[in-house]
Amino acid sequence: MPLLEVNGLTKSYQPGNPILKDVSFSVEAGEFVAVIGPSGAGKSTMLRCLNRMVDIAEGQVFFDGKDVGAQNKKGLRDVRKHIGMVFQHYNLVPRLTVIENVLHGRFGYKSTLQGVLGRFTEAEKQKAFELLEKLGIAEHAYKRCDQLSGGQQQRVGICRALIQDPKIILCDEPIASLDPNSSKVIMDHLKTISIEFGITCIVNLHQVDVAKDYANRVIGLKKGEVVFDGPSLLLSESFTDEIYGMKTAVETRELITV
Amino acid sequence: MNETVLKKRKFQMTMLFLGVIVLTYLSAWVTDYGFVSSLEAVPGAMVWMASNLLVDGEALGKLPDIMGKLIETVFMSIAATTIAAALSLFLAIMGSKTTMVNRAFGAVSRFVASLSRNIPVVAWSLILLLSFGQNSVTGFLALFVGTVGFLTRAFIETIDEAALGSVEALRATGATYWQIVSKAVVPQGLPQMVSWVLFMIETNIRSATLVGILTGTGIGYMFDMYYKTMNYEVVALITITIVLSVILIELLSTRIRKVIL
Ligand SMILES: Nc1ncnc2c1ncn2[C@@H]1O[C@H](COP(=O)(O)OP(=O)(O)OP(=O)(O)O)[C@@H](O)[C@H]1O
Ligand SMILES: [Mg+2]
Repeated sequence: MPLLEVNGLTKSYQPGNPILKDVSFSVEAGEFVAVIGPSGAGKSTMLRCLNRMVDIAEGQVFFDGKDVGAQNKKGLRDVRKHIGMVFQHYNLVPRLTVIENVLHGRFGYKSTLQGVLGRFTEAEKQKAFELLEKLGIAEHAYKRCDQLSGGQQQRVGICRALIQDPKIILCDEPIASLDPNSSKVIMDHLKTISIEFGITCIVNLHQVDVAKDYANRVIGLKKGEVVFDGPSLLLSESFTDEIYGMKTAVETRELITV
Repeated sequence: MNETVLKKRKFQMTMLFLGVIVLTYLSAWVTDYGFVSSLEAVPGAMVWMASNLLVDGEALGKLPDIMGKLIETVFMSIAATTIAAALSLFLAIMGSKTTMVNRAFGAVSRFVASLSRNIPVVAWSLILLLSFGQNSVTGFLALFVGTVGFLTRAFIETIDEAALGSVEALRATGATYWQIVSKAVVPQGLPQMVSWVLFMIETNIRSATLVGILTGTGIGYMFDMYYKTMNYEVVALITITIVLSVILIELLSTRIRKVIL
């Protein structure tokens, strides 16, 4: 049974204007999948359907054998605590320290009261430090997050996802706000994580070349439809043209002149 | 294209400026307010103030009394503000789009806030005076109600700003609602909220004098009493103590702000 299975996922924010149209795919444990597609193709929406950060309208998402759409509040919490998420803008609490932000990843395992009181076990704290060490930011553990560079903040975000003990990590354009060097550091870390810990990664990306370099498999989205799904080696020039297409060139030009 | 935008903006600014000038003249004309004659009255008023509002030895004898009332008023303002802040925090969490539990609660809380904010403190004093009579509870409530409205709105903005991404991230980890509020929203927004509370304490100490005149409590009542008996020396002394205490509180809260922000 695949770790993640998406069946006929359809989603619209306004009636009559579907953002995702009948999206189906499945992901095996340990895969590193890149999702590419032009702006507005529905990449972020699709990723957020996987852990139901946006409601699933039609179709099903099965994660680890559970129907995500059918879960009640508690069931959804159980699903989410095994799914890490990494964001373009890191989404940390800027005024809190690095270590506090990392430990936030454990809330899914705690009662509300334990969380509110900030009760973390020694083992959890130790794990947090190990992860910071692994991502090379242990020396910043007690700094406030707003004092770190973007690349460092993103590594905190990855630590927060990893401390969840996730089976899968969803990354929504993790390197879109970073310079080339930091981008490479982040992508290398994600790759290491997936190989070393066997954690499945689904990464939304803008850059086709990055997707080809790092992912085993690429899913191409265009206007809410899957137009490519296969090994990244098979993603040919003509297919990227199809995904980003001549049309996008015209659309871009329109955007600039408007 | 940019040039036309700039030209348009410049034109708009000019029109706005002209509009303000025209409006000023119009309102002066409607209210029969003469700039020149009001300016002429200034020296006379100065002379009157200088000769009547002098603190003398007799007035100084009233100082302990005044200080007592002043301290009472200051503490009432602080109490009204902090208790209002607690209620506002709750209303703001319910009312903010990022942290609200459901739409109905959110709408109710925003309505309560807007109602209490848009009725001026003076009006609240008079309304509450009718139902509670002349005592210190009335003054306290008048400040309390106005403060709830203002702080709820300020807190909602603070929360929306503070909560931008982290709420989404924590929801995605499976955190519960109160975990998110207590560990992401409050820590991020608290310094800003404390700053608003300090601002409100300053404002309320000033309004407390006026509210006191209307509701017959605290330092305002004392001011009113000596004013009506034309004991202007004491009035002057009261005014000076109020001004000094407000300045003191302002200095204090500037200090606190520096530390927390
Ligand atoms: N909360 C929302 N309400 C209404 N429409 C939305 C919402 N979120 C996204 N959309 C719309 O859905 C479409 C797809 O958005 P989405 O963010 O999934 O695209 P994307 O592929 O991630 O684009 P980008 O590369 O720019 O991040 C867009 O047209 C967007 O305007
Ligand atoms: Mg996106």
